[in-house]
Amino acid sequence: MTVIPLGVPRRLLEFTLDGEPVRAPEGSTILDACRAAGKDVPTLCQGDTLAPKNACRVCVVEVEGARTLVPACSRKAEPGMEVRTDTERARHSRKIVLELLASSVDLSTTPRVAEWIKEYEAKPDRFGPHAARLNEEPKIDNELYVRDYDKCILCYKCVDACGDQWQNTFAISVAGRGFDARIAVEHDAPLTDSACVYCGNCIEVCPTGALSFKSEFDMRAAGTWDESAQTETTTVCAYCGVGCNLTLHVQDNDIVKVTSPHDNPVTHGNLCIKGRFGYQHVQNRD
Amino acid sequence: MDLHFGDSKPTDEEKEAVDALLGPPESSWEGADRSDADLRWARGGREARKRRDLLLPGLHAINDRIGWISEGALDYLCRRLTVPPAEAYGVATFYAMFSVEPRPATVLHVCTDLACAAAGAAGLCAGIESRLGLGSGVSVERSPCLGLCERAPAALAIKAGNPVRTAVSAPATVEAAVLAASAPDSADEEPPAAMAVPQAGEPGLTLLSRVGVVDPASLDDYRAYGGYTALRRAFELGPAGVIREVTDSGLVGRGGAAFPTGRKWQATASQPDRPHYVVCNADESEPGTFKDRVIMEGDPFALVEAMTIAAYATGAHKGYLYLRGEYPRALRRLEHAIAQARSRGLLGDDVLGQGYAFDLEIRRGAGAYICGEETALFNSIEGYRGEPRSKPPFPVEKGLFGKPTVENNVETLVNVLPILTMGAPAYAAIGTGRSTGPKLFCVSGSVERPGIYELPFGATLGDLLTLAGVRDRLRAVLLGGAAGGFVRPDELDIPLTFEGTREAGTTLGSGVVMAFDDTVPLPRLLLRIAEFFRDESCGQCVPCRVGTVRQEEALHRIVERTGAAAAGDIALLREVGRAMRDASICGLGQTAWNAVESAIDRLGAYE
Ligand SMILES: Cc1cc2nc3c(=O)[nH]c(=O)nc-3n(C[C@H](O)[C@H](O)[C@H](O)COP(=O)(O)O)c2cc1C
Ligand code: SF4
Ligand code: SF4
Ligand code: SF4
Ligand code: FES
Ligand code: FES
Repeated sequence: MTVIPLGVPRRLLEFTLDGEPVRAPEGSTILDACRAAGKDVPTLCQGDTLAPKNACRVCVVEVEGARTLVPACSRKAEPGMEVRTDTERARHSRKIVLELLASSVDLSTTPRVAEWIKEYEAKPDRFGPHAARLNEEPKIDNELYVRDYDKCILCYKCVDACGDQWQNTFAISVAGRGFDARIAVEHDAPLTDSACVYCGNCIEVCPTGALSFKSEFDMRAAGTWDESAQTETTTVCAYCGVGCNLTLHVQDNDIVKVTSPHDNPVTHGNLCIKGRFGYQHVQNRD
Repeated sequence: MDLHFGDSKPTDEEKEAVDALLGPPESSWEGADRSDADLRWARGGREARKRRDLLLPGLHAINDRIGWISEGALDYLCRRLTVPPAEAYGVATFYAMFSVEPRPATVLHVCTDLACAAAGAAGLCAGIESRLGLGSGVSVERSPCLGLCERAPAALAIKAGNPVRTAVSAPATVEAAVLAASAPDSADEEPPAAMAVPQAGEPGLTLLSRVGVVDPASLDDYRAYGGYTALRRAFELGPAGVIREVTDSGLVGRGGAAFPTGRKWQATASQPDRPHYVVCNADESEPGTFKDRVIMEGDPFALVEAMTIAAYATGAHKGYLYLRGEYPRALRRLEHAIAQARSRGLLGDDVLGQGYAFDLEIRRGAGAYICGEETALFNSIEGYRGEPRSKPPFPVEKGLFGKPTVENNVETLVNVLPILTMGAPAYAAIGTGRSTGPKLFCVSGSVERPGIYELPFGATLGDLLTLAGVRDRLRAVLLGGAAGGFVRPDELDIPLTFEGTREAGTTLGSGVVMAFDDTVPLPRLLLRIAEFFRDESCGQCVPCRVGTVRQEEALHRIVERTGAAAAGDIALLREVGRAMRDASICGLGQTAWNAVESAIDRLGAYE
């Protein structure tokens, strides 16, 4: 799905993907080409509305002549390139990356990861019971959203969404370094003391559920969160003239969270605090 | 950008430290008291954000004066530079030399890395800590290699204040290190740089010929010993001529990656995008490496001249010298050399009266090995976290500030001087066909005369160790530093060339040669290497961030085990190591398993 409205047609370049010649528009990534060819390459830190940080390395593929594997999500396809997506070498790295991640953070709310762990025969337990884990307590310091960094894979998506790629608020950043690196606001303060404007665009892009609506967090804790019982209705935000699209997630006649379609050419899935969180007035109150 | 600054205010001293660097604030937009005019106009935007690169110097200014960086101080600096506080916090917490928690004004860094560990760093630390109990006003911190391996064990004291004071104790004793920390001004003077060069003064030296011979503080002395003849020659040859000489000389980079220097210069020079930059990588944080320090302390003008030539050849008018934060003496010498050169028209608008403008600035690192990676170094200078960028694009195309940049190691640059003075053919005749010129080796560990040795490429490992006085009962030699590999005592005939070491399945890296006799417990050494990489990973990519942790854990489990008992963990190490090498973003993660793997395969570490 492209986030840029289609403009002038781009020239096509040719390269080989798993031995088959393919054509892709100039500027596309290897991942774009893989998806166009119907190949399923796992991704975590890649986001459809963001420039990829290529930090997770779960999408690595083999490029003929390259010393190391390359991230499909961010390497541009070049004419004549020979790419192999499913070699033993690439599969090995993906498997290890999944094991490293799953052994250090809680991936229970990360879509598709269980499927990949099975496919790559990853065994996160093999680092033993004492393998270092993040072991973070959820940060619940406001009524709108919860930061549960025990689930954070440090994909940098929230940083980019809050920073120069979308929101330009720069409330969050990565602090510390190495295994101690954490997403944090200035001085590691509570969210309420930070520059955060509660647009929730970071929640929109977080791939693991480390950032979630307080409503979702509470319902999960109470065991009442049930996606299969939810309906999604996309409508137009009524607060101001921008007219952003809202997708209301409704369970038992209650709005439980609000997202926004990523393919909207104006908002790309971004909202402001009112559209994202200002829905209580339409709820039933007892 | 809609920046939000908290309510915490800087103390007068913190404000003074920042203002000393940036000048007093001009409006309330930058942190001055509010005036009527401020209500009617807005300052900021692109103009203000352009100064982002002063963030790292600003953090240094505060840390130097106070010893740590408070919320108020950080917010004030952010206001002055229009930097979001969250980002500045991310930068401040990236570097080991900064603290965002209160701590004593004096920090004593005690090296516990390979050479120092072998020389008894553990006992030294314990001794220092028992002498300096709580409330001593000194914070003792275990440090990775301080680049003083020839004088192991080493300690560096930094006492915050105006000005900041530093003292080095090496070889350190408990008494000397405690004195350095408590009274840096009255600690013993460091021995001259030439003491690190056992060959100092010998005829036939090229790169080290002036170390110990010239007065590093005197430009006239430098000129009397041939200084600035290479730059004159460069002006005769013109930029293209210089690049041709460097290409023909066969010079390849001495920073570890061994990339042909001429090709890099040519690629930068030919970029249409302007401006171009030259960056000297003087970060030198590879454990066991101290050659760049010795050059900078002993012959600082040589580096200034060489950077000027690199800039002239590649069309740059501005250069940055990124110096590791733990090198206070090199900093003083280089600052002095640059000021001298500037005052004598050897830097500035009209270098040597040739109508060519070039100036250069020193940027201090703040304790992060990863900032030696070329693109991490750009981020660090620009005021971002020192995380490597993904390549392509390469620095020759998009480097510092997104502009074409040539980045070279100190030793690489200094090689350009003899290339120009003796001519490419004569230079290329030194060494072997594919590894040309002289090479510096940093020898430390179990040898009689540790130090920097200059030898033409092609000498064997045995030749070098003989020169340095290898001791009996040699157990292993680490080539190329922590990112390199171990070789056995029966492999001393390996030729010290890029191709020779490659054929022998190892690497020359940045020229580290660390010898260990059989009193050094190998598993402990490997654990230290693993700990180093875990500590120094930037944390950006998963294979490195988590892989280095899992590697260290596995090595902990097998410290005392061998054979079948270790086999499972060794298999695990191999699998993780392979993914780290294949899938990490940068050279740190890609090489973090090299030394351990070589110890298992070549030394039979756990058999
Ligand atoms: C983790 C890491 C650390 C590095 N540290 C240094 C360093 O301290 N000094 C250095 O010159 N090169 C270092 N390098 C190599 C540089 O990235 C780069 O290759 C070099 O500065 C280029 O200069 P040269 O061509 O003159 O060797 C490091 C590389 C990596 C991956
Ligand atoms: S909180 Fe979510 S979006 Fe942010 S880095 Fe962690 S996983 Fe990525
Ligand atoms: S989400 Fe915010 S910006 Fe968008 S229409 Fe609603 S109120 Fe306006
Ligand atoms: S390999 Fe390590 S140091 Fe390099 S980018 Fe990845 S995490 Fe950072
Ligand atoms: S999805 Fe490509 S590196 Fe994360
Ligand atoms: S100074 Fe201690 S190992 Fe280099």
